[in-house]
Amino acid sequence: MFEEETSKAPRLEPTAAVEVPAAGSPVPSTPSERRLLEIRREAEETGTVAGKGFRPPGAPFPTASPETGYYRIPLLHEPPWTWEIPLYFFVGGAAGAAAVVGSIARYTGARPELVRDARWIAAAGSILSPALLVSDLGKPMRFLNMLRVFKAQSPMSVGAWTLVGFSLGSSAAVFAQLLVDRYGPSFPVRLIEHAGQAMSLAFGLPFSNYTGVLIGATVIPAWNENVDELPFYFGMSGLSSAVALLELMGHHKSRALDVLGLGAALFGCWELLRTEGRNRPAQEPLKHGLSGALTRLGGALSGPLPAAMRLVSLFKGTDRSWTWRKAAAFTSLAGALLTRIAWVHAGHVSARDWRLPLETL
Amino acid sequence: MAITAFLTDSTLCIGCKACEVACKEWNEIGDDGFEWSGFSYDNTCKLGASTWRHVKFVEHTPEPGLGGNAPELGSWSFSSDVCKHCERAGCLEACPTGALVRTEFGGVFLQPDVCNGCGYCVVACPFGVVERNRDDGRAFKCTFCYDRQKAGLEPACAKTCPTESIRFGEIGELRRAAGERMAALIERGMKDAAFYDASNTSVGGTHAMFIVRGDPRTYNLPPSPQVPTVFLKRAWRSSALAALVVLGGTIAAFLADGSRRRC
Repeated sequence: MFEEETSKAPRLEPTAAVEVPAAGSPVPSTPSERRLLEIRREAEETGTVAGKGFRPPGAPFPTASPETGYYRIPLLHEPPWTWEIPLYFFVGGAAGAAAVVGSIARYTGARPELVRDARWIAAAGSILSPALLVSDLGKPMRFLNMLRVFKAQSPMSVGAWTLVGFSLGSSAAVFAQLLVDRYGPSFPVRLIEHAGQAMSLAFGLPFSNYTGVLIGATVIPAWNENVDELPFYFGMSGLSSAVALLELMGHHKSRALDVLGLGAALFGCWELLRTEGRNRPAQEPLKHGLSGALTRLGGALSGPLPAAMRLVSLFKGTDRSWTWRKAAAFTSLAGALLTRIAWVHAGHVSARDWRLPLETL
Repeated sequence: MAITAFLTDSTLCIGCKACEVACKEWNEIGDDGFEWSGFSYDNTCKLGASTWRHVKFVEHTPEPGLGGNAPELGSWSFSSDVCKHCERAGCLEACPTGALVRTEFGGVFLQPDVCNGCGYCVVACPFGVVERNRDDGRAFKCTFCYDRQKAGLEPACAKTCPTESIRFGEIGELRRAAGERMAALIERGMKDAAFYDASNTSVGGTHAMFIVRGDPRTYNLPPSPQVPTVFLKRAWRSSALAALVVLGGTIAAFLADGSRRRC
C-alpha cells in the first residue's frame, strides 16, 4: 500500500507533462485557475515568475470590523415562512375586502347576486386561509395553540383571533345564504344572516390589511421601514382583488365595482411612485435585484396597467368595454399576488443584508 | 428570587468553545452541520435553533500597542455570544401562543411544548437569536438554563467556562463587576475596551452583557437594536386608516351607483 503511494509520488513533481494539460484535455474555466496554470508554466520554463499572482476566488476575504461587522455574516435570521404565507396574505386580503364589499352591497340594497358571490368569496377565503396557515405550521393541531391567549401586542395573535371571528362570521353568512336560496327567508335565518354579515364586516376590515401590520412591526429593515404604508398597500390591494374576483364572476355591469377598482388601481400608482421615490438603504431590496423586479412588476400590474385599462373601458362600447375590464381584473389579481410575493421576498433579501443592523439610528 | 444575568468578557475568552459543548450536552441539542465557513476558526457562524452559545473568532485590527498588542500583529479576539434575554424582548412580545415567557430569574424562556412554530419570534428578534428548527418546525433558543437555575445551579456554559470569561450572577452585582473590570482594563492600557448591554435602546438593556475590545459592531453587536413593538402604534394607525378608506370608499361607490336597484 505504502509503496504504491510512493510510486505515485513523482506525479506531484512540477513536471510540464503533468502541469500543462495536453491538447483536448479540459482547460480550467475560471480566470484564477488559468492564471495559476500560466504561473506554473512560466516557473517551469524560466525558473522565475515575473508577473502578478492571481486573486483567489472569493477574495478579498471578509474581515471583522465596525464597517463589515462580523465577517459580513448577517445578524438577523430570514423569515422562516414557507410559500403558503404570501399566498395567505393574498387570499386573506381578497376575502376580507370581499366581506366588506358584500356587506356594504347588502346594506345599500345592491343586487342580491352580488351579495351572494361576495359572501362566497369571503367564506372560501376564510376556509383557505387557516388551511394555508396550518400547512405552514406543519402539524395541524399546533394551530390551536394560537388560541390559548389573546395578546394585543402581538399582531400574530390579533390576526389569529381576527381570522377566527372572520371565519365564523362569513361562514354563518354563507350558511344563511344557502338556507335562504333553498327554503326562502325566515326569521331565524335572517337573524343568522344579519349577525354573520355584521361579523364578517367587522372582522373583514382588519383582516384585509392586518398582514401589513404583521410584517411591518418586525426587525426586518425593508418591512419596518415601510410600516406606515404596508397595511395601506395590503388593504387596497385586497380591495382590488375582491373587486376583480366579483367582476370575473359576472358582475361586470356594476358601476360601483368599476369605481372601486379604478380607485384601488390609482392608489396602486401612488404606491409604485412612493416605493420608487424612496432612497434609504433599507429600501434597496424593493428596487434592485430579483425582489426589486418583482416589486416593480407587481406594482405595475396593480397600479398603472389596470388603471389605464379601466379608463379605456369607459370609452368603449358595451362588449369592448367588458373585454378591457376583464383584462384589468386579471391584471390586478396577478398584481396583488405578485406584490405579496415581492414583499416577502424583499424581507428575505433585507434580512441577508449584513450592513443594515450595523447602522446607528 | 434574584434577577440573574451573564457577563461575557471577551478579554478573558480563549476560544475553547467549552461553553458551546456544555450547552449542547446539557440541553441535548443536535449538531449544526459540519461545514467549513472559512471565517477564522468559526464554523457555526451565528446563533440559531441548534446553536445557543456561539464563540466568535474575531480577527481584526484594534488600536496597536494597547494591552500588549505588538503593532505589526493583527488581533485575534474571542467572544461567546448568547441570547441577550432582553429587558423588553421582541420575541416574547410577538409570540402569539404565550410559549415565550419571562421567568422569575428575569430570563426569557421558550416553552417547547407550547410553541406552535409560527415563526413570528424569528422576525421579532433584533439580535437574530431565535430560529425555527427545520425538521421540527418549532423555534428554539437559549433557555438561560432555566432548569438548572430552578435547582440553584448556574447555567452550563458559565459553569464550564475555564477562564471565567462567562460570569453568571445577580444582575446588579454583575453590572458593578463590569464597571470594575472596565476600569481595570482601561488602566492597563486597553483604552478601546467597550461595555455592551443595549440599555440606551428600545430593548431597554439585556441580561447578557458583554465586554469587548474595539467597536461592538465588529462582533455583530448592533448599535441600535429595536424591539419591533415600537412600530405597532404606527402600523395599527395605518391599518385603521386603510380600513376607514376602504369602508368609506365602498359605501360611497355603492350609494353613488344609481343602477344598483335596476340591475
